Amino acid sequence: MIEIEGITKRYDATTVVDDVSMVIEPRTIAVIVGTSGSGKTTLLRMINRLVEPTSGIIKLDGADNRSLPGYELRRSIGYAIQGHGLFPHRTVAQNIATVPVLLGWDKDRIKARVDELMTLYQLDPEAFGPRYPHELSGGQQQRVGVARALAAEPNVLLMDEPFGALDPIIRAKAQEDLLAIQKRFGTTIILVTHDMEEAVHMGDKIAVMDAGKLVQYAKPAEILAKPASAFVETLVGASERPFRLLSLGRVRDAMEKGSAEGEAIPGDASQRDALAELLWSGRPALPVTGADGKPIGRVTVDGLVKRAARPA
Amino acid sequence: MNIRFDKLGVVIAAISAYAAFAAPFATFRANRIVPGQARSILEALPATTGTLLLVTIVVAALIALFKTPLVLRLAASVAALAALALLIGVAGTFLTPAGNTFARVSPASGFWILIFAFTLLLADVLTRLNLSPLARVGVLVVAALTIGLLLISGSWDNLSILKEYFNRADSFWAEGSKHVTLALGSLAAAVIVGLPLGILCHRVENLRAGVLNVLNIIQTIPSIALFGLLIAPLGWVAAHVPGAAALGIRGIGTAPAFVALFLYSLLPVVANTVVGLAGVPRAANDAARGMGMTDRQRLFGVEFPLAFPVILTGIRIVLVQNIGLATIAALIGGGGFGVFVFQGVGQTAMDLVLLGAVPTVALAFAAAIILDAVIEMTATRRRVETA
Repeated sequence: MIEIEGITKRYDATTVVDDVSMVIEPRTIAVIVGTSGSGKTTLLRMINRLVEPTSGIIKLDGADNRSLPGYELRRSIGYAIQGHGLFPHRTVAQNIATVPVLLGWDKDRIKARVDELMTLYQLDPEAFGPRYPHELSGGQQQRVGVARALAAEPNVLLMDEPFGALDPIIRAKAQEDLLAIQKRFGTTIILVTHDMEEAVHMGDKIAVMDAGKLVQYAKPAEILAKPASAFVETLVGASERPFRLLSLGRVRDAMEKGSAEGEAIPGDASQRDALAELLWSGRPALPVTGADGKPIGRVTVDGLVKRAARPA
Repeated sequence: MNIRFDKLGVVIAAISAYAAFAAPFATFRANRIVPGQARSILEALPATTGTLLLVTIVVAALIALFKTPLVLRLAASVAALAALALLIGVAGTFLTPAGNTFARVSPASGFWILIFAFTLLLADVLTRLNLSPLARVGVLVVAALTIGLLLISGSWDNLSILKEYFNRADSFWAEGSKHVTLALGSLAAAVIVGLPLGILCHRVENLRAGVLNVLNIIQTIPSIALFGLLIAPLGWVAAHVPGAAALGIRGIGTAPAFVALFLYSLLPVVANTVVGLAGVPRAANDAARGMGMTDRQRLFGVEFPLAFPVILTGIRIVLVQNIGLATIAALIGGGGFGVFVFQGVGQTAMDLVLLGAVPTVALAFAAAIILDAVIEMTATRRRVETA
């Protein structure tokens, strides 16, 4: 659990982060969204004390984050940034091993951990371990960056626009990978982004920041349905709202009894994808298939449109 | 098949034609000070040998002139250079009257131009062969060994520069080691002081402009003026600081030369350290901090290795610069190869000037090749390993 209590950061006269308080539940993903200059990155960097706050307290699992020297604290917290920040003079394996080496793990344990993470990220340890970062594609570099951040099995992972430099297809894949790994290790993740789409997709909770202030901190559905201010509403994008709302739900949950003609859609696809498919193919209903690929019901345009309306 | 000319080859062929047929190959003088008489290739060598040399040069120049395979060009340049190196010694023996120890035979403009032309051809071939750094050092070693063998074999003994050497064999090596000690010692001192200073300038932004400006100003002081400026303070130190004089610190001599070379060396070392450290990717630095490296771990583990090739480039500049500048140390009694240069100028004995100048140029040249190779190896190591 991460408790941020009354955190303020001032540089001379300018207040970058203004009295922010929030609690991030363990094993969840909190996404901090805002425009550039909103203070979201500074807030993130105060959690692992890359930036020292002017006032306020941050507690990690109940302990003040100032009870350890900064560098020791940072070794216990994963950190991944935009443009990955891999060390160009070290191999992929050496890059991933950075924090375990700092912590003084023995060789066999480091090798086992590096191999495990590379396998998890679909990078063959034999082939990719001895390579240098510049020999990898952008997507592979990003995966190594996240693997490096997770190497010492941190409970908390801080990510600053980790997918910012990726093309849309690679980015979607990287987001899915991160969700899967978060589920597997139960890591608490705090992710900074300026992309509301990413926030809605990834976050268990979304924190919206504007000019250093925390404007709203709530579940994605609530941010979409009840934006706390005009700024949040703009950020959500009025024309995107219904579709973002649909993207939060699974087809299974919007399923009705009955059957339909044509190509089916799996039950765990998002409702937005289902609506898109319905509109595109001009059909009134789609068959829905279960995990075994057998039809279990159908989803209709009318049903989805109702779900896309502003919640009462 | 149409005949095509090589662009550089046209130049090489033209200057070697001029050098072989119009310029003097060797100069003969009755003693070391009188003006010399020019001798062409056919006059300076026995008839058959002279003709053979001319034929070799013409063939090699023709190979250079047209577009020919690299291996052939390599062979032509090496053959021409070898023939020139061997036969200038033969000319020395041929032109010197038996038993005359005053006569001087030295290479003349034609010889030097031919050496230049075919070295150009060789350098061009080596560049086009795209040799690895180690192979380039290998070529340097082979060339140095060849020249060493020629010197030991005595085939150049009748050339004027070696006669000057025989008159000063002892002091030649003493001055040589003084020269190298001055150049390398001041470099080492500059690295020991300049690296930490560069790191400090990188970390403390307020210091950077000031330090670099001061070093810039020092760099612009002419070397002779700097020697002069140092006489007074060092003389004072020698007179007033106990033990300083015993260490060899005086207003003139090795101490001011060392200090001046050290001061000149600081700018390239400090500036390249600052530039190298500034060139470390921001993201890598941020990641290093974010993952819990201490400042020292970040400096030695990330910043320094990434800046190293740039810093090494600064060290290369300093070394080559110092080898050349150390010549001037002789002016204030600092020793080094400059001693021969200034003695030679004083006696209008060009051969003595060459005895100081040629080893200096050779040293600087070798240092440049070796350090270039090292820089390339450190910069590309990560690429080569996985290629």
